[in-house]
Amino acid sequence: MSDFQIVVCGSLVPDPLQTLEPLSGATAPSLKNEMMLPTILDPWAAHALYEAANLAKKNQGSKIYLVSLGPKGKLQQLMMSVAQKVGFELIAIDGSASGFTEPYEVSEVLASAIKSIPNLDMSKLLLFGGCSSASRDAGVTMQLVAERLGISDFFLGVDELIIEQDGKLTFKERVEAGQYLVSTCSAPPVAVGWSTGTLPVPPNNPQLGMMNMRGVLPALQKAKSVKVSAEGVAYSKVEQPSQRRDTRIVKDTPVETIVQELVEWLRS
Amino acid sequence: MEKLLLLLHTEDDGSLRRQSLEALTSAKETAEKIGADFYLGIVGNGAKKSTELIGNCGAKSFAVLEGNDFSAPRYSTDKSAALALIKHFAATVVIAPNTSRWARALPGATFQAGGRIDTRVTGIATDGGIQIQRWYYRQRMLATLSRTQRPWVILIESGIFKAWEKVSVQVNVEEVSAELKPEMKRTESKGYENASGGEQTIKPDAPILFVAGAGYMKKQSDGKTHVKEAEELIKKFLKLSGASLGSSKSLVEAASEGAEVISIMTHMNQVGQTGSTPRHQKGLSTCCHGEEPHVIGWRFINERRAVNTDPNCGWAQGKTDVLYVADAFEVMTKLNEKWGQKWGQA
Repeated sequence: MSDFQIVVCGSLVPDPLQTLEPLSGATAPSLKNEMMLPTILDPWAAHALYEAANLAKKNQGSKIYLVSLGPKGKLQQLMMSVAQKVGFELIAIDGSASGFTEPYEVSEVLASAIKSIPNLDMSKLLLFGGCSSASRDAGVTMQLVAERLGISDFFLGVDELIIEQDGKLTFKERVEAGQYLVSTCSAPPVAVGWSTGTLPVPPNNPQLGMMNMRGVLPALQKAKSVKVSAEGVAYSKVEQPSQRRDTRIVKDTPVETIVQELVEWLRS
Repeated sequence: MEKLLLLLHTEDDGSLRRQSLEALTSAKETAEKIGADFYLGIVGNGAKKSTELIGNCGAKSFAVLEGNDFSAPRYSTDKSAALALIKHFAATVVIAPNTSRWARALPGATFQAGGRIDTRVTGIATDGGIQIQRWYYRQRMLATLSRTQRPWVILIESGIFKAWEKVSVQVNVEEVSAELKPEMKRTESKGYENASGGEQTIKPDAPILFVAGAGYMKKQSDGKTHVKEAEELIKKFLKLSGASLGSSKSLVEAASEGAEVISIMTHMNQVGQTGSTPRHQKGLSTCCHGEEPHVIGWRFINERRAVNTDPNCGWAQGKTDVLYVADAFEVMTKLNEKWGQKWGQA
């Protein structure tokens, strides 16, 4: 068994059940009432965090850091729920969590925060994050952070990480047509963009939450303010899709009739 | 003037996938519209031979990187190979298919080349320079944007452009080499495995997407659950129709919550907010009730029909073309019977 230093990058995104409306801005678009929208921890980053917790539990002496870039006030709200799920040390960065910011700039901020972690041992580092965010949905930030940290092994869309007896790391990455690419890396450091993984969402643990919040609140207080934008990008249009369909509702109809219609449609 | 590089990779057997041929169409059209020189670079097993398959594409020159180190997908070596080709052609715009292999490696190559990257691009316009379209917030808003930084790497989604019609023509091909440091070989590919451990249920090229929802797990009209029966119905329909299988989040997560499950269902089948957004001509949804997250999974399904027992379900209202208010078990049983009698297996 090894002891790892697991750094999870993850921030907040609007709750997926919210209707979002874009607004034009001087440099980049934003969301209407962005600061008022309820938020959640980015879903794939959340899976990365749960996988990290599971790995830390199995490997005594491991430690988890959650590096999170977002507006300080919103991060504090978010941490009230996230802190009840798993144990971690928060490294908060006060800045925009908008999907319209540039991953190149975001990665610079994240890498700088990771480098500032005291006694960070690259030979034990597992850099985790989501395979993409539910905001920008680009799937590139983790590679850029890895490049800035000099990590040469990266795995995208990972559902499973197995620590072998000899210390090697085996990854299962999602590839096309419902298959996994299975690869083995000799040792850390590695960077991983997690998919949904294999674990259920941990139940809330208020005691853990209270313990975590003792570290979370000071971390939020000393969060460095940064400016992330989208330099060099010109957004000419941002629009919501208008996909309201005229749904024909077929009810009180014999199953045979429905099946006949379905078969004709599917075969047409 | 822009120098446009189309960057492709071969499959394990040396072939080029359909998505690569679609990217070829997009690159050629874009280059013609903006008056750019168009170059072609291919990485992977049999790359040199594969250039002949698309020798009719009109690229100004061709270059490849092949050999054992570039056969299997691996971040470090794929990144180096892509970087070598970008540098070789001094490309200012790079178009590539948004495959898992390039989605993994090209962000790193772009970083090393000092450029910027856009992934999951769903359209390219050329009025007054290149502008791309891509979705934000998981298919909830569509943006059109341009960039000043170069090289600009653009990963094209599948199903956007028509696939290039291959005509074999022999062409001159340059062989390029990439710098490979020992630490770039720390990762070793062990091959592929099916996510479901059995039958292949995810078929990106299938015309039909069949989505099963959590309703299959619930108690039916007789007060009992019929999960195994549901599994057989679904398997039979997939076999007969050749459809690709999708699922709602709640159905795939039932497995990790210890409930009786449909064994062929994994997270890979999941569509929606934290799942995939597949592209198929037709979609048939059964026993699904999610609204906004579900719509996200169906954003690129052209014709949509649904079978469920609730006429007021949010998914039905304005999202699907036809909603059949009926028991999905009954409908699927009869549908399989009818299909089998009339056409047999797809």
